[in-house]
Amino acid sequence: MRSISISNRRTSREPARWPYYVALITLAFFALAPLVVLVFNSLKSSAEIGRNPLGPPLSPIFSNFPQAFTEGNFAITMRNSAILTSGTIIGVCVIAGMAAYALSRLDLPGAGAVLLYLFVGSAVPVQIFLVPLFFLWSNLNLTNTLIGLIIIYWALYSPFATLLLRSYLVALPRDFEDAARIDGANELQVLTRVVLPLSWPGFLTAALVAGLAAWNEFFFAITFIQDDNLKPITTSFLAFQNQFSRDWGLTSAAGILIILPVIVLFLFLQRRFISGLASGGLKG
Amino acid sequence: MAWSFLAPLVILNVVVILGPAIATVYYSFTEWSGIGPAEFVGLENYRRMLTDSEFHVALLHNLIWLAIFLTVPIIMGLFGAFLLSQITRFQMFFRVVYFIPYVVASVVNASIWQNILDPERGIGPTLAKLGIPWLNGIAFFGSQRLALPSVAFVDNWHWWGFVLVLFLTAMQAVDKDLYDAAKVDGAGRWQQFLNVTLPGIRPTLVFVVLMTIIWSLLVFDYIYIITQGGPAGATEVVATVMYKEAFARFEAGYAAALGLGMSFVSGVIVMIFLYLRRRGWEV
Repeated sequence: MRSISISNRRTSREPARWPYYVALITLAFFALAPLVVLVFNSLKSSAEIGRNPLGPPLSPIFSNFPQAFTEGNFAITMRNSAILTSGTIIGVCVIAGMAAYALSRLDLPGAGAVLLYLFVGSAVPVQIFLVPLFFLWSNLNLTNTLIGLIIIYWALYSPFATLLLRSYLVALPRDFEDAARIDGANELQVLTRVVLPLSWPGFLTAALVAGLAAWNEFFFAITFIQDDNLKPITTSFLAFQNQFSRDWGLTSAAGILIILPVIVLFLFLQRRFISGLASGGLKG
Repeated sequence: MAWSFLAPLVILNVVVILGPAIATVYYSFTEWSGIGPAEFVGLENYRRMLTDSEFHVALLHNLIWLAIFLTVPIIMGLFGAFLLSQITRFQMFFRVVYFIPYVVASVVNASIWQNILDPERGIGPTLAKLGIPWLNGIAFFGSQRLALPSVAFVDNWHWWGFVLVLFLTAMQAVDKDLYDAAKVDGAGRWQQFLNVTLPGIRPTLVFVVLMTIIWSLLVFDYIYIITQGGPAGATEVVATVMYKEAFARFEAGYAAALGLGMSFVSGVIVMIFLYLRRRGWEV
């Protein structure tokens, strides 16, 4: 009797789903509306923004984009950010790939201690090393250089990538590698010919996370690069925004130029982005 | 052989992080402008921290920031993730939408909200035209009282969706049988959330709380971008004070002591984290 009455109650109390969707759509509006406003404003002239600051553009113009591109020196700053991002990705993949391989395959004595150190190290606050690092870098003439910043990004993002790649490699079966070793391959050949082709999804994830972090990075960029010709898009955007603070059309167009490549890439590879970022927990 | 594979990682870490971190300990006992020799002054910098009211106010702001981020994004994330875990249609779509703000660069995020919250042309005057005058003319970032929560609001816009996705991933891993058992016992949705979902995602919850604690003590970007610590120090946090001491006032020795003080707090928290992990809270 009892079980029957419960199952009856369950079917009768099965709640309608629409309140869930109302709440979820409200949250989605909160997430997307500011970006929609950004797109709207990028299509307006200054005069129209004065009359209609947040609504959809009534007479859309596209001239803000080429103007922001030239006035904001995007040819130079995009190049700088592209160098920083690709340099970071390549370095992190090489450094973390080698380390992860050693930690997962080479039966290293003390591997556990290294892992613990990486785990603790990824929680080390910037504040504890920033000041001496800055003056060390200026003594080495590495401030105001892109490579100086790239080296810092390597150090910051490799530990996370190492942990990610290691967990990936641990899950790969070793049979192929053993076969290659029997055929006389050395460790470097095993790594490049066997392990890399099998583990590229892990590398792609690590590359996406490190690349996103480098592209969006602000704190080290503003501290270590003052030269306008070497600034990445993030810090140059801040200067641009201060210069044209009342010209929302122009600053909005510049903002879109910065975030559009990232959002497009994210939409195409969102599963990989989300799993990588969720595992690393890098504060953007 | 194995160590040579690890060498680049270890060397980089020593040069960029570990070495400078150790140097910070030394410089925190010195009077140092950043260039030239450092003069040993013992505990002077730490004594100064105890009496530096700018530092104390900044620390208070960090704690307010922490209180905001321990509640608002976590509640939004739990709420949204729970709703999302209950539906099947469009689940992927909402997950992607909520995550998008997290990939937006901080400078652009700040710029968007500076426009939307502008006292003359932003949301306040726009709503006033529609007959809702409550927000009209409020200078969110220019008011002593509102600046800190307003900057936190902007940071949270890009943060809560990430927290939601972490929670959602954890919720999807909770054993479905537990929900069925709870339903058989007559538990409603809210009781299922309290008695099945929350215990089931506890490791993730602990992880998010600890990340929040560490990052709230370090917060810098949004404050530096939007208010630079102003108006009149209303948004000054330890990181911005330290930054000014090191690079504007050339008090690198004192800045090192400030950094070390904050890092000590973070370190204590990491220790608690590791202790909890050892107690079996697998994260």
